[in-house]
Amino acid sequence: MEHYLNLLIRSIFIENMALAFFLGMCTFLAVSKKVDTAIGLGIAVVVVQTITVPVNNLIYKFFLKEGALAWLGLEGTNLTFIGLICYIGVIAAMVQLLEMVLDRFFPSLYNSLGIFLPLITVNCAILGGSLFMVERDYNFSESIVFGFGSGLGWALALVALAGIREKMKYSDVPVGLRGLGITFMIAGLMAMAFMAFSGIQL
Amino acid sequence: MKLLRNLLDKYRPHFLPGSKYERLYPLYEAADSFIYTPGEVTAGAPHVRDSIDLKRVMITVVIALIPCFFMAMWNTGYQANSAMQFTGGSVEGWRGVLLEALGYTADPNRFLDNLLLGAAWFVPIYLVTNIVGGLWEALFCLVRRHELNEGFLVTGSLFPLICPPTLPLWQVALGISFGVVIGKEIFGGTGKNFLNPALTGRAFLFFAYPAQISGNSVWTAVDGVSGATVLSQAAEGGMQAVMKANSWFDAFVGTIPGSMGETSALACLFGAAVLLFTGIGAWRIMLSGLLGAVALSSLFQLIGSTTNLMFELGPHWHLVIGGFAFGLVFMATDPVSGAMTPEGQWLYGFLIGTMCILIRVINPAFPEGMMLAILFGNVFAPLIDQLVLKFHIKRRLRHVQG
Repeated sequence: MEHYLNLLIRSIFIENMALAFFLGMCTFLAVSKKVDTAIGLGIAVVVVQTITVPVNNLIYKFFLKEGALAWLGLEGTNLTFIGLICYIGVIAAMVQLLEMVLDRFFPSLYNSLGIFLPLITVNCAILGGSLFMVERDYNFSESIVFGFGSGLGWALALVALAGIREKMKYSDVPVGLRGLGITFMIAGLMAMAFMAFSGIQL
Repeated sequence: MKLLRNLLDKYRPHFLPGSKYERLYPLYEAADSFIYTPGEVTAGAPHVRDSIDLKRVMITVVIALIPCFFMAMWNTGYQANSAMQFTGGSVEGWRGVLLEALGYTADPNRFLDNLLLGAAWFVPIYLVTNIVGGLWEALFCLVRRHELNEGFLVTGSLFPLICPPTLPLWQVALGISFGVVIGKEIFGGTGKNFLNPALTGRAFLFFAYPAQISGNSVWTAVDGVSGATVLSQAAEGGMQAVMKANSWFDAFVGTIPGSMGETSALACLFGAAVLLFTGIGAWRIMLSGLLGAVALSSLFQLIGSTTNLMFELGPHWHLVIGGFAFGLVFMATDPVSGAMTPEGQWLYGFLIGTMCILIRVINPAFPEGMMLAILFGNVFAPLIDQLVLKFHIKRRLRHVQG
């Protein structure tokens, strides 16, 4: 149990997807103008991440890994080279499902997320989650915890950035820096504050 | 005084729009409002008027910092003099020449000797901070045509106080430049930033040049003398090492090595009294930060640990060592970067208090946690405020619709 708790805390804070690895930057910078939308997208990412990482874990374990097809009677196979395509396929299918659910039950959120919902498919934080899972050799239950934690960490950073950007309404940023420029600066300063966690050994 | 007023009035027309030195108006305005109360007053409604303005708020903070300034100089000198008595060293360079001329005898028991030596280390850092930072401030004001205001007085006082005495002056200049420009001016100046500028500058130095701002040899202003801060003693040797080297009372009064202005919890307590009495500092942030730190450090002490010696350090120690008291009183309560809603302030203070203890105890990479804890709190303060406001709106909407 303690092992899973440590993994959860590590994936949320210490190895924060957005502020420690700088993954998923395009969505991170683009959908952080409003707190409400950011919370919506954050939840969507948490859901997608929590489902795709374990599913990809199963695919990896039973199809792709070296010798994984032994249960079919095929010995000595190694399909890891099609890993990327499989993971992206799973993510795309998941996002499609999520899109339909949101369209049906939360139309206002669906509209405010707009193009960024399908773009979760190519959000590198999501793919990064699956690749980290493979690289670090997580088992099935670990990948559930890791998927949830890394999604939540990314969502937390996104919502905090949205809070700061809403406050920035009152700021007077030099013309050349307005928009993305200052947002990059804010993301950098936030990452500096998140350095508080770097070095914690769990 | 009349003469000065007349002089200022006489030159005023030269700086007004359309005249020769129009672009230098921010400098004129700064000089005028620094010396006198600003001339513009509200003409119409609103009818609630108060003489509190930015200038008075900032000056109050600087006044509250006076005990810390004093302790910064005295303790820097005291640490160095005690160390030199032990090693037999002497003050070198221009400091030695200057101090000799002033009748300095390197006796740690003489009050004036400590103060003089401390001043010889503190004043250069203070001057560099204010000259370099002030130049940036003035440059941005002239180019962007906004007013130069007193906010920098506080940043320029806080920053030197959180530096170790041996910090090279070029790093001081670099740190305050980063703090003022990236931490504040690119957002539009005082009141528009989201991180505390002084802490931003220090954090930048901390990550860019860790050798000069952390470790054991930077806290005493004598070459080759290492004096570990109480926090690193605790991390290495636990409670035993701490008790052997200092008494709790030493740590409370501030005769321990550390960043110049932050060692004395007593001086911070004076500052807190001034800020709370005048209503400038948010009491909710201070109280909840204190509660958070006490709660979490008591919890850690209760749990105990066989491998991590920091668990042994009780709450009464955590409050008086490192930058906790200074940060909580002067930095966490920064009205710009802190939370503004009353409920938000409780949450924000608690977050900072617990984060500080968490970093100190759990994170072996940093012995001190207050700087990063406050920056972390600053990052989440706007979000906390937003959520509190949303909650209020939701609750009241129910009454309207009810």
